[in-house]
Amino acid sequence: MSQIRKKRREAFLLGNEAVVEGALAAGCSFYAGYPITPSTEIMETMAKRLPQVVDGVFLQMEDEIASMGAVIGASLAGRKAMTATSGPGFSLMQEQIGYAAMTETPLVLVDVMRGGASTGLPTSPGQGDVQQARWGAHGDHPIIVLSASDVPECLEMTVVAFNFAEKYRTPVILLLDEITAHTREKIGLPEPGDFEIFSRLVPTMPPEWYKPYEETLRGVPPMPPVGTGYRFHVTGLSHDPLGFPTARPEEVRAMVERQFRKIDRFFHDIQLVEHVNTDDAEVLVIAYGCVARSARLAVRQAREAGVRAGLLILRTLYPFPRVHAEKLMRNCRLVVVPELNVGQISREVKRVNEGYTAVRTINRIDGQIITPSQILKEIA
Amino acid sequence: MAEVTQLIHQYLRHNKKFPLVFCPGCGHGIVLGSLVRGVHALGLSKDEVVVVAGIGCSGRIAAYVDFNTVHATHGRALTIATGIKMANPALTVIAVMGDGDAFSIGGNHLIHAARRNIGVTALVLNNFIYGMTGGQCSSTTPEGAYSHTSPMGQLEAAFDIVELTKAAGASGVARGTVFHVKALDGLITAALTQPGFNLVEALTPCFTQYGRGNGFKSAVDMFKWLKEKAVPRETYEKLEDKAGRIPIGVFVKRDAPGLETRYAAMRETLRAKKGGAA
Repeated sequence: MSQIRKKRREAFLLGNEAVVEGALAAGCSFYAGYPITPSTEIMETMAKRLPQVVDGVFLQMEDEIASMGAVIGASLAGRKAMTATSGPGFSLMQEQIGYAAMTETPLVLVDVMRGGASTGLPTSPGQGDVQQARWGAHGDHPIIVLSASDVPECLEMTVVAFNFAEKYRTPVILLLDEITAHTREKIGLPEPGDFEIFSRLVPTMPPEWYKPYEETLRGVPPMPPVGTGYRFHVTGLSHDPLGFPTARPEEVRAMVERQFRKIDRFFHDIQLVEHVNTDDAEVLVIAYGCVARSARLAVRQAREAGVRAGLLILRTLYPFPRVHAEKLMRNCRLVVVPELNVGQISREVKRVNEGYTAVRTINRIDGQIITPSQILKEIA
Repeated sequence: MAEVTQLIHQYLRHNKKFPLVFCPGCGHGIVLGSLVRGVHALGLSKDEVVVVAGIGCSGRIAAYVDFNTVHATHGRALTIATGIKMANPALTVIAVMGDGDAFSIGGNHLIHAARRNIGVTALVLNNFIYGMTGGQCSSTTPEGAYSHTSPMGQLEAAFDIVELTKAAGASGVARGTVFHVKALDGLITAALTQPGFNLVEALTPCFTQYGRGNGFKSAVDMFKWLKEKAVPRETYEKLEDKAGRIPIGVFVKRDAPGLETRYAAMRETLRAKKGGAA
């Protein structure tokens, strides 16, 4: 995970700029977006960098809906494609996210969260889009949601986002917050070979045998770029293994179940967390994004004060890292969940915890950061 | 006739998706035929053609043709088509949309696709009504016409698709009807060969949802209406009484490179500059 923290060409980058470095390292060659604070630096950096990449394409579209459409189109044509936005734009993208999930189109979407609701606090941090990321698109659909808490992690998690998108043929959402995106830190730039890079599986069978939505051993059917001889139908309607619309209950159910299964069965691969002093923790803090950095200091200070505190940093928000959280919580007397919203991840924590352990929440919705001392007060 | 049918069969998913979903008397199948003949006339292979369609009756066209086909979200066909064309400019990308799809929910995308002059051919099947949702007015429903959401007659003005697309900067703009099939074939073939953004508006009758509520006795009546009212652009301009007449033909034909070409050129310049400096 942390190869890029050592040696390498060094740079002093914003979280947003690190996202671009991660995307390019992962093989992204297409970006379409619409400017919105606090995600804009991703777009501006892409506008400069992508024309220099072989076949790289950058597009400023007329709105966020169009941006998602272009990204979906580019992905269907075989590109690794991404877009970035913030809360209001993220809302506009939701229908297309559902379409990408339904059509199993790989893409990466970075949402740099700001205070909300509505236009809210454009230049202040928030973490209010967590449930929107999971459930914003209508209907039942699987999704992968990731997060990052510092600049090197912005880079790494963008690579992970592309890998997951390609591996599992699915849209992946990377949730950042204004603080992480606008913090400037020293970072080692990746060299080729630093990361394992995945690209989608393409079919090798004759075109007439190919079924774009077939159940396979991994549950993820191969996906050819359009124009390569595999002519198939892509639709947001419920479809059969060939991709054509169907309303037959058994076919509809089988398709939705496969879509969920292909994500769920690889939970060991997908659910990423970082453990900090969790081995013997009696008080566990669960945090993500910029709040995780405050929590790190708070936990260290609590240890110094003699409290056996531990920290679980969530890098994957969905599917919720139940395997990690559940085990730790059973051995604790208290779980503390600080976040910049009214309790969107603590809802998941309580669900997984099922009432075994006391859960205390720290919530802030005024555009201000949760400080280490605020967390320390709750755990010590 | 047999020849025409056989030709169409080469391009249809006849063993998978038929019969068609369209109502008797609907003109959409004729546009589908024109589209196929256009592709055939140009000798394009089925693999290099991508059809992106929106939602609604016209959106279903994508499922029937044996190309690379995408049935997009409502109003967003052009956004996906833009992504595909920019990602792989070698493909012939066709966006098939209804009037509601292209000019109501997707109006913003349409004017911007025309403005950036992306190398996509837009085929707008204009039947003046929302057919699949059951006959509500669209942004091309003529003033005074009846629909389920304009039961007292449409009060709002209708978009002139040709004028709007022209103003937005498309490379090619044309209008045809499903009665004038040969002419429509020609318009589509021309649009497919012209670089940049090309739009063909095809007037097509919807007897089920539009005709019945607006004084037409049958689908045949609607075809007769198209035959009488539509006149070549050149003739239309000389007419003294233009009321109720619809000009058809080519309205814009300009030789301008598509965005994908201009983008590739910019990338080349950038690379050459870099090479020179190093």
